Amino acid sequence: MKTGLGATIIRAGRRLLSSLPALFGVLVFTFLLMRVLPGDPAVFFASGPNAGKEEIEQIRKQMGLNKSVPEQLVFYLSDIGHGNLGRSMMTGQPVLKDLRERLPASLELTFTALLIALIAAVPLGVVAALRPGSIVDHSVRLFCALGVCVPTFVSGLLLIYVFYYLLGLSPDPTGRIDVFTSLPPQHTGFLSIDFLLAGDLEGWWAACKQLILPAVSMALFVIAPLARITRASMLVSLGSDFVRTARSVGLSWRKVVVTYALRNAILPVITIAGIVFSTMLGANVLVEKVFSWPGVASYALDALLSSDYAPVQGFVLLMASLFVLVNLVVDICYGIADPRVSIE
Amino acid sequence: MSEDLLRIDDLHVAFSTRRGMVEAVRGVTLTVKAGEMLGLVGESGSGKSVTGFATTRLLDAAGRVTGGKILFRGQDVTKLRGDDLRQLQGAAMSMIFQNPRAALNPIRAIGLQIADAILTHKRISKEAARAEALDLLRAVQIRDPEQRMNAYPHELSGGMCQRVMIAIAISCNPALLIADEPTTGLDVTTQKVVMDLLADIAAARGMATILITHDLGLAARYCRRIAVMERGRIVEEASPGKLFSAPQHAYTRRLVAASPTATSRIEDLVTEEERERYNAILDKPRPVLPHGTPPLLEVRKLAKRFDQGSAAVADFSMTMAGGESVGLVGESGSGKSTTSRMICRLIDPSEGDIVFDGQSIGHVASRDFHRSPLRKEIQMVFQDPNESLNPRFTAFDCIAHPLMRLDGMRTGEALRQRVEECAQRVGLPLDLLPRFPHQLSGGQKARVGIARAIACRPRLLVLDEPTAALDVSVQAVVLQLLDRLRRENDIALLFVSHDLNVVRMLCDRTIVLRNGGIVEQGESRALFDNPKTDYTRRLVEAIPHIETGPTLAAAL
Repeated sequence: MKTGLGATIIRAGRRLLSSLPALFGVLVFTFLLMRVLPGDPAVFFASGPNAGKEEIEQIRKQMGLNKSVPEQLVFYLSDIGHGNLGRSMMTGQPVLKDLRERLPASLELTFTALLIALIAAVPLGVVAALRPGSIVDHSVRLFCALGVCVPTFVSGLLLIYVFYYLLGLSPDPTGRIDVFTSLPPQHTGFLSIDFLLAGDLEGWWAACKQLILPAVSMALFVIAPLARITRASMLVSLGSDFVRTARSVGLSWRKVVVTYALRNAILPVITIAGIVFSTMLGANVLVEKVFSWPGVASYALDALLSSDYAPVQGFVLLMASLFVLVNLVVDICYGIADPRVSIE
Repeated sequence: MSEDLLRIDDLHVAFSTRRGMVEAVRGVTLTVKAGEMLGLVGESGSGKSVTGFATTRLLDAAGRVTGGKILFRGQDVTKLRGDDLRQLQGAAMSMIFQNPRAALNPIRAIGLQIADAILTHKRISKEAARAEALDLLRAVQIRDPEQRMNAYPHELSGGMCQRVMIAIAISCNPALLIADEPTTGLDVTTQKVVMDLLADIAAARGMATILITHDLGLAARYCRRIAVMERGRIVEEASPGKLFSAPQHAYTRRLVAASPTATSRIEDLVTEEERERYNAILDKPRPVLPHGTPPLLEVRKLAKRFDQGSAAVADFSMTMAGGESVGLVGESGSGKSTTSRMICRLIDPSEGDIVFDGQSIGHVASRDFHRSPLRKEIQMVFQDPNESLNPRFTAFDCIAHPLMRLDGMRTGEALRQRVEECAQRVGLPLDLLPRFPHQLSGGQKARVGIARAIACRPRLLVLDEPTAALDVSVQAVVLQLLDRLRRENDIALLFVSHDLNVVRMLCDRTIVLRNGGIVEQGESRALFDNPKTDYTRRLVEAIPHIETGPTLAAAL
């Protein structure tokens, strides 16, 4: 207890340090992978299909592609060391600036989706575990199966069809905000939070309405693993000796289920939520495409298709770092939730 | 209204399983008076715990009371619902469970858990509940109660956890306390302290107690009245004295005979009919070793330090002759398991040497010892027969495995014969060989474990609490089997156990360990009858003894 906070910080620092080699590996691997992939960026970014050999050679020289791969790697690494992720050929902007603009959009979407998923999945799992084998249990299972079966872009399109085309409840699914709304001053990059900070409730509502459909279609896909793990660990928890103890002294139903069973059952859910979050971050390209969401994943996909090295490498590095961070946060949450862990 | 606090009338409890309904309790009738301590004794599967759970309405979803009544203060407990039931649970009757560490919420501070129980039944503030919880921790004699309030179960020892469990159970002064194997798995000394505490608290607060246990000796020590259960029925109910001096029912007689006492010998553990085969072996004289035979095993100044630096075992020396049996006793944490594992070469000693049959084996890394020709000479029987058998191996595979690995035998007729011979030697019926562990009973699994260990005809068998998980009647048979194997095949036995009665019977010599060092050693009977150190005396005194009258000997 006495060194709780300090120990946590030291542990977190140690974890971050120990993840540096992995990050370095990711860097080198992506770099080499991009060089191996077919497609020549110089050809792609030359003025047109009729560009002459000299022009292409010129561009190649400009981009430093005429040097050997190890040399390129050294230059690349030293640039990274100086915090320079290179320049995107597509947008003409530094990659760092592009990513910084787009990352909040992706994060906002993913966080919201995860939140929706958790809010739906945990109660569903608990209800299913309280009456295993009942109709409720089977309906939850069916719902989860459906969520997993339908790919996100299909469910996204379905949602658009129903809520935009048929019911007209949601705004047209293009981007984070419609063009006529004035943007709030940027603090966090999360529109829903920035609008609130600016006190602009109308804008906030507009942003939320844009956000809700893509978030729900992403959430639908991950409700299943979260609900299933909640149900399984809740079943274990409910059958455990300490829940029997709680019942033996006549604790109220709520106390037994929430304080005793659920708090223990939530531990594995935290771990799974971390994994799910990391997967969503990388995999939300489909949703971003369907909803024209200006996020990092669609940016990276476009870059990949046009052999634009720097943004892809920057994106992979960003994802790897986020993955490390998410895992760290999960571990810290776990340490707070379970006193047995912080002992080590 | 009668003066009975609890009256169970013809209780039937059934569990729905995949193979249909199984009756666990079939017609139990018993009464408990206010302030009385009743012992409910039986072996696993006798329905004693189920009776307890039915009384406190804690049967799991598959279990159902199918008949009979449970009258608590004249009110039928089986018919209570909702709030009426919750007012009963904890406030009027409460329960203490086996395995106290699992019975407490692992992620909630113990002070809060006690306060939870108090707040459920009393309308008081959180601060007042906390103060009461602190008083309860004092009442169950936990040291530094203020600091312990914020401790989590994993920070406490098993005995401490059970005290906390008692504190929770008595928090609302119930009239009836049901203790289900409250001290199973605890050290003998801890067991005595916890049971004394429980008995004192029950007496001081006038609580009636039902002590559910498999240990006749324990029940006899604390209860005025004992009910013996077998296969869902109560077969006999009497005072301890009467139960031991003149058991009426055949099952009680078997149970009394199988419970080891201060004076019993191995051959006493079964009733007369089963004894004849054994006597023939006893009568055979033991071969006298020629003078000057080197010892089979010599351990010199063995020590083991784990990462933290403190020594788990230090300066441990012993010798064993061929065919000798030596007991290694001590409380948990005394280093007895560590020592036995080093001798088995499953872990590496930090210092010292082990000489087996003239060859030094202490410096062979435990990782490589399986290639040593001496591996098959030293074999081990593990504590839990359920956990130590591969669930995907049949009994045959289990016994054949060491033969194939260590003796280089191939599948075929010769292997089958060796396996069957081993099975016969441990008394395992041959038709059980194709079965998987989950299809065998505890005693049968223990036999498979022993057959596997003796398959390669070892000269030293190290047994780590081989009977701790077994019922007394099964334990009796297994102990006899071990003793017979020793006498027939001249296998030396190193027997690690916390059960002193068992060690006294089985072992020629005993070594008492404490905190990794030898406290006392010597000839078993002399050591137990006349302990030289306080520690050994405390251990010996903590064993619940059954007072055997002269009539018992006559009855047997």
